[in-house]
Amino acid sequence: MAETQIKNFTLNFGPQHPSAHGVLRLVLEMDGETIERADPHVGLLHRGTEKLIEYKTYLQAVPYFDRLDYVAPQNQEHAFALAAEKLLGIEAPPRGQYIRVLYAEIGRVLNHIFTVCAFAMDVGAMTPMLWGFEQREILMEFCERVCGARMHMNYFRPGGVALDMPAGLTDDIWTWSEQFPQCIDDLEELLTENRIFKQRAVDIGVIDATQALDWGFSGPCLRASGVAWDLRKAQPYDAYDRVDFDVPVGKHGDCYDRYLVRMYEMRESLKIIRQCLQEMPSGPVRVDDRKIAPPPRAEMKHSMEALIHHFKLYTEGYHVPEGETYTVVEAPKGEFGVYLVADGTNRPYRCKIRTPGFAHLQAMDFLCRGHMLADVVAVLGSLDIVFGEVDR
Amino acid sequence: MDLALRDLGEYVQAALHEAVLSVDTGRDELCILVKTPALPRVLRYLRDDVNCQFKQLMDVCGVDYPGRAERFEVVYNLLSLTHNRRIRVKVRTDERTPVPTVTSVFNSAGWWEREAWDLYGILFLEHPDLRRILTDYGFEGHPLRKDFPLTGYVEVRWDDEQKRIVYEPVKLPQDFRNFDFLSPWEGMQEYLPGDEKADGKH
Repeated sequence: MAETQIKNFTLNFGPQHPSAHGVLRLVLEMDGETIERADPHVGLLHRGTEKLIEYKTYLQAVPYFDRLDYVAPQNQEHAFALAAEKLLGIEAPPRGQYIRVLYAEIGRVLNHIFTVCAFAMDVGAMTPMLWGFEQREILMEFCERVCGARMHMNYFRPGGVALDMPAGLTDDIWTWSEQFPQCIDDLEELLTENRIFKQRAVDIGVIDATQALDWGFSGPCLRASGVAWDLRKAQPYDAYDRVDFDVPVGKHGDCYDRYLVRMYEMRESLKIIRQCLQEMPSGPVRVDDRKIAPPPRAEMKHSMEALIHHFKLYTEGYHVPEGETYTVVEAPKGEFGVYLVADGTNRPYRCKIRTPGFAHLQAMDFLCRGHMLADVVAVLGSLDIVFGEVDR
Repeated sequence: MDLALRDLGEYVQAALHEAVLSVDTGRDELCILVKTPALPRVLRYLRDDVNCQFKQLMDVCGVDYPGRAERFEVVYNLLSLTHNRRIRVKVRTDERTPVPTVTSVFNSAGWWEREAWDLYGILFLEHPDLRRILTDYGFEGHPLRKDFPLTGYVEVRWDDEQKRIVYEPVKLPQDFRNFDFLSPWEGMQEYLPGDEKADGKH
């Protein structure tokens, strides 16, 4: 028989594939069904956020952060608020800090529900998505009640939060926190010991601790590889040094461990939420500095100064002293950093946004090599990629 | 100021004195400016030295200062899990001089260097795969440079006759409005005119 020439072939995965989690175009070099090389093409959702922020005042820059990782918007705002506060040399009052931590954890639960359920759907389980999104809807209602928007909150501002929580909201969050563990249990029942789920997730996309550090991993993906590192513990910000929680750590660094870490993190977040609700002090929610935080509306009705301050803040904004900072938060996906350079004017000179997804997606080639085509979606799902933040 | 941070700064400067140009510990963040050719050696030292242990490169980004002779700064943010500390390493370059790549030291540098090339046009020497990453296929220019207009140069639309996307020069129905709040009001002061009346000093 004549010798046949066997060639590798190239497969285009996406940009319009339901498991591509948005607009990823993945060029796969395949040998049969085995992946030889994966080359992600990103940037299809690039909106020039960093450039736009350079042309906006500090206050106008906040909403752009909602639109990065639109699954958990408040955590991004948190990083920017902290960075601006650091440059301004101010600190949010205790109640503001607690509210921010409370909503940051709500954001984490929002994100982890989404990730876990979307991951499950990628590998063939439909029900978790339907159950999880019911809970997400409740949580987004809490977001709506506190700031008026379900998703793009624009709530965490430099100097605190925009508004205080309305009456009755804490009780409703508390009631929810009592019934939510049942939902996590139900999800675990469907997935954790599920044979099909385990066949798709265990020992797929393994990355050990050294490699994970080398690839710039952070958050749940790093912890799944056995590195006990959580910025909320190591470099606490806002009220995180006053709440008690544990950091779940995985062992194998495969897709299954990344899933498990997220499941445990939801329970820990719930602990933090409950502590915040119990310990939240009363008092102001933003700094008492009229040059940075706007005056209350009632005051504007009779005080000329208040009116001037309001006008100046919402047209010119405040001037941030010259300097630079790299400020990070533990976003649900990992280390979310803002490298902010101020030049003394009312606009940022440079605002580099360090998103965890960018680093994670970069390791796709490393993680997928030698795996089968069907494992690509499992790896992608477990890395928790959202293109709003990868492409910026 | 954090003393440990200053000690580390002095330690790094002593060990790499011929490569380090300046050390700054403002706002409790350690930042060193190094000579461009020495960059991979500096990062390798910071990664492997027992007192540094900066095992993670968290971010690489460019900053544009068009007024300077070497207009670009490339900023590397490193993190040490062992010592729970961060360090910022900076190098300076211009449009022509390439910066040595650090992909051999940290794998994670690959995409961030591509991004700096894409958005600023900073060249990286011996980078294994220096393609554009965030902008469109066939894009021209480097959008995050300060002299690149916010609106860009081209816009795209679907052409129904040609049945494909076409690129056209940007047409603005209304001029781009850039409010300059720095003039003539000289920016916001500690006291607004008239504030002294509220304090009862008048």
